[in-house]
Amino acid sequence: MLSAYIPIAIFVVVATGFALFTLVFSSLLHPEKYNKVKLEPYECGIEPMTDARDRYSIRYYLVAMLFVIFDVETVFMFPWAVIFNKLLLFGLIEMLVFIFILLVGYYYAWQKGALEWV
Amino acid sequence: MGQAIAFYTLAAFILGFAVLVVTTKDTVHSVLFLVLDFLFVAALYVLLDAPFLAVIQVLVYAGGIVVLYLFVVMLVNLKRPPEAHHDPHRRTKLGLFLAVAVLLELGAIAVYQTTRPVLSVPGAPMPVTGNTEQVGWLLYTSYLIPFEIASMLLLVAMIGAIVLAKREL
Repeated sequence: MLSAYIPIAIFVVVATGFALFTLVFSSLLHPEKYNKVKLEPYECGIEPMTDARDRYSIRYYLVAMLFVIFDVETVFMFPWAVIFNKLLLFGLIEMLVFIFILLVGYYYAWQKGALEWV
Repeated sequence: MGQAIAFYTLAAFILGFAVLVVTTKDTVHSVLFLVLDFLFVAALYVLLDAPFLAVIQVLVYAGGIVVLYLFVVMLVNLKRPPEAHHDPHRRTKLGLFLAVAVLLELGAIAVYQTTRPVLSVPGAPMPVTGNTEQVGWLLYTSYLIPFEIASMLLLVAMIGAIVLAKREL
């Protein structure tokens, strides 16, 4: 039973090992000559304007919150979908009630402009 | 035997990362330790023969919830010293009382779980096989009402988040 997870375990070990190996190996090789440009988050690209640890708009939080809620809604559909042919009409009505309640919230979010990024 | 070793190893990692979450000074590091903690809890679910729950743990908790936590961390001003956050309306005693109450409740559940008689008949045999199918069968037959209540809970969470953020919109 648990032997089915051996590939996943190998994957985790290889991924972690590769990251550690790269860090250790490059720290052994690279010369330690730092200057201002090198220590910036991006050596090429947009120049940083302010410190990254600043306060962000609450819209990010709202989007994440709405994402998590609809994420959980989808999660409930997985165990429903795999036995849909056993639950039949009863299961369909159950899921429609569930989705309808969340659609009320979706409508509210839409009306309040929570889905818009202005 | 092997399962016991695996369980205690995972439990040690889970508790260790949990301690790191609350002791790390940097809030972002704290959230990242939480990701590791959630992943080890997922491994624990695999060990308990609950692969569906394990995948959901990674998908929802290590994925979605942690992003939410990171955005909350980004909302607050991390550069202010902790003393500046001191709230005169802070109710330390009430918080302590609630914490003790929750601890007692959890202890009571643990005692009840270990002392209650084991149910010999788990009800009608399920017409489905497979972990996800069985979760679905129980959820959409025996636990139908909790399932529908869960949607109400999600609705309340959604409206609550919008109301909290409304002034900004």
